[in-house]
This record gives sequence, structure tokens and C-alpha cells, in this order.
Amino acid sequence: MLSRRATLAAPALLLPELARAQGAQSASAFIASLGESLTAIVNGPGSYEEKKRRLAPLVERDVDIEGIARFCLGRFVRVATPAQQQEYNRLFHQVLLNNIFGKIGEFQGVTFRMTNTSASEEGTLVGTLIQRPNQKANTVQWIVSATSGQPKIIDVKAEGTSLRLTQRNDYTSFLTRNGENVGALIDAMRAQLQA
Amino acid sequence: MPPLRVILFAGLLLMGACADRPAAGDADALAEYKANNDPIEPANRFFYRVNDGLDTYILAPVARGYRYAVPEAVRRPIHNVVNNIATPVIFANDVLQAKPRRAGDSMMRFLINSTAGVGGLFDVATSLGYPEHDSGFGTTLALWGVGEGPFLFLPVIGPSNPRDAAGFAGNVALDPLTFATFGGSRTLGIARAGVSAIDSRERLLDPIDNIKKSALDPYATFRSLYRQNRQAEIDGLRGPDIATVPAWFKK
Repeated sequence: MLSRRATLAAPALLLPELARAQGAQSASAFIASLGESLTAIVNGPGSYEEKKRRLAPLVERDVDIEGIARFCLGRFVRVATPAQQQEYNRLFHQVLLNNIFGKIGEFQGVTFRMTNTSASEEGTLVGTLIQRPNQKANTVQWIVSATSGQPKIIDVKAEGTSLRLTQRNDYTSFLTRNGENVGALIDAMRAQLQA
Repeated sequence: MPPLRVILFAGLLLMGACADRPAAGDADALAEYKANNDPIEPANRFFYRVNDGLDTYILAPVARGYRYAVPEAVRRPIHNVVNNIATPVIFANDVLQAKPRRAGDSMMRFLINSTAGVGGLFDVATSLGYPEHDSGFGTTLALWGVGEGPFLFLPVIGPSNPRDAAGFAGNVALDPLTFATFGGSRTLGIARAGVSAIDSRERLLDPIDNIKKSALDPYATFRSLYRQNRQAEIDGLRGPDIATVPAWFKK
């Protein structure tokens, strides 16, 4: 009886493990496919502007920009008015795209290799090794979450430093030093985009 | 009074100035304050501004000039020599960290690059299966269980903490060249420090320019990057270093 119960319970116990393994596999396939598309554009022909135009839809589709924006505002999410949040989101979108596009030039001749994938509290950590000509290879981990139904990148860790945590430390420190005024942050972001 | 002494004196006065600790009722602000681990932030920001001034007007222009005047084909061997001279210190730390594989890599790198690599000019060891890695006494102390302590922004050295500052001194003490005395050893030491600083700064020109351009509070961004990077480096070394057969030994 016990063994039958155990036999019946075993698949149920294995289900979360199986789901996790499937999640890791799909997250890894998701990053591998995105990596192929990104490197094809970055290393391929065309002007900087053309590359930007082709990269933008990929970033919009595969990066959880709104989630990252919310994370970066930290405790000030609750202080911001709905109008401020909307404007902040709009500006953050452009800042993030500009930061990504700013690296196009640096990433000529880039190749990438998939490394190990593991689960974490934040999501699935998909490891890659990015190699640029005449440079030391960089370890880059992509944190993928599928809570919205489809896999999305919620953070990127380059050599152990989290992109969204660094950005949040920048914004919250700026806000703390500027009277906790979200309007000041919005003005600074606007000025940054116009520079 | 010479300007450096004035700067240090002002800095010492500021050491007494602590960052405003948020009220206990504001749990989120307090959590953020604790996470930043920067209780003497005003003093740190003062030294950040001092270093930033020195960097903007002296070190960065020199590094830019070096990049402009010296081609990559020459800069690379210079970088290799700087790295090779630093390898005994890395080796000593690998040993102190009980990392035999990494210690083996460091030793072989030093032997191969000093000989086949013509005095360290060429990094032959990497292609032979002994990849480059970095280490220092700050990391050794961390692996021995010493806590990082509060964040510090030190004059000239830059972002640090008491553990890494002690590590900096430890690296100097572990360096055979510190104690070597021969004709011109002093000049060699100064030249090495100068070349090493310019070489490191040249390699960081683009990343630092990008951070300064994209950060609204560069000090907070440098603090965050430094602390995360150090933690990741230390965490990466906490795993076991089992003396398995090296890749180059297998057929």
C-alpha cells in the first residue's frame, strides 16, 4: 500500500522539478535565440541608425522594460503620482534603449557562447560568455522570468554586477539627495536624453 | 601648507561627519541606508570629488594621450609586462586562499611568460591552457572570514573598504619587488607604479566615460558597481578548488 502511495506521489513530487527543468531549458533556448539575432544585427552590415532600428523591436519584445523601470524607482514608486510614473516610464524606456544602443559600437565582432543555466529566486539565470576581439571574455548572466506568460529578461548581470540594481542605486541616491522629489529625477532624465 | 595636506586635513574633519541615518519609522529608507553600507558618506563623497578632479585633469588626459600616441600593438605587450610582474603576488594569494589549481596556473603563467613570453612581453601561457585571473590580499582576507566593513572612498586608491585597504597593504607586503634592493630598484618601482596606473586607466577609459555619462549620481553608481563586483568575485571563489587533472594534460 505504502509503495503504491509512494509510486502515485512520486510524479506529483517530481512535477515542480520537471517544471523548473523545462523552465530552465526554455529560458536557455530563449536567450540563445535572442543572442543569435542580436549578434547578427550588431556584427552585420548597415549603418548605426539602421542597426538601432532593427534592434529596438527585439528589445521591446524580449525585455521587461516596465518591470525594470518599477524596480529602479525603488521605494519612490509609492511617492510618485500617476502622471509622474507615466512620464518616468516613458523616459526610462528611452534611457534604457540609449544605453543599449550606446554599446553597439563597442560590440563589433562579438561572439557569444551559452554556459550553465540555474534557477534563482528572481528567475532563471542563463549564463553566457561574451567575447569581443582582443578583449578578455566577459561572463554575462541573463535573468529570465516567465511570470507574465512569456519569457522576458528582467535583469542582466555582467561580471556579477546587476544592471537594474546599479541603476536603482543611482536613481534612489539621486532622489535622496534631491529632496526625495520624483519631479527632479524626471527633469534630470529629460536633460540626460537631450544632452 | 601644501595643497595635499590641506585636502587630507579637510577630509579628516569630514570623517566626523556621518551620513544622516533615516528615522527608525521609515523602514524602507532605513533598509536602503543599511544596504548602501556607507555611514561616512559625506567624507567619502569629498574624497570622490578630490579623486575625480585628479583623474579628470591628470590621469585621464595622460591615459588618452597614451592611447593616442601608442598603438595597441605596443600597448598590449606593455600591459602583459605589467601583468607578469604582478603574477607573484597573485600566486602568493592563490596559495593563501588554498586554491592549488589557481596557484598552479599563476606559477606556470609566470614561468612561461617570463621565458617563452620574452620577459612577459607576450602572454603565451593563455594559449597553452593557463588563463589569466586576478586576486589580491583583500580577497584572501574575505575568504578567511574577514568582513568588508563600511564602504570607503580613499584618496588616490578610490573605492574600497577597511578589508580591501588592508588587502592593498598586504599586496605590497607580498610583492618581492617591495623588498628587492639593487641599482635602480627605486626608479624601477616608481616607473612600474606609473606605467601600471596609466595602463589600467587606459583600459577603463570607455567604461568610466560611459558611467559618468549615464549616471545621475556617479558616486553612488561607482559605489554600487565596486561593492557588487567585489562580492561576485569573492562568491565565485567560495566553491571548492579540487585538484582535478588540468585540461591541457588530457588527450
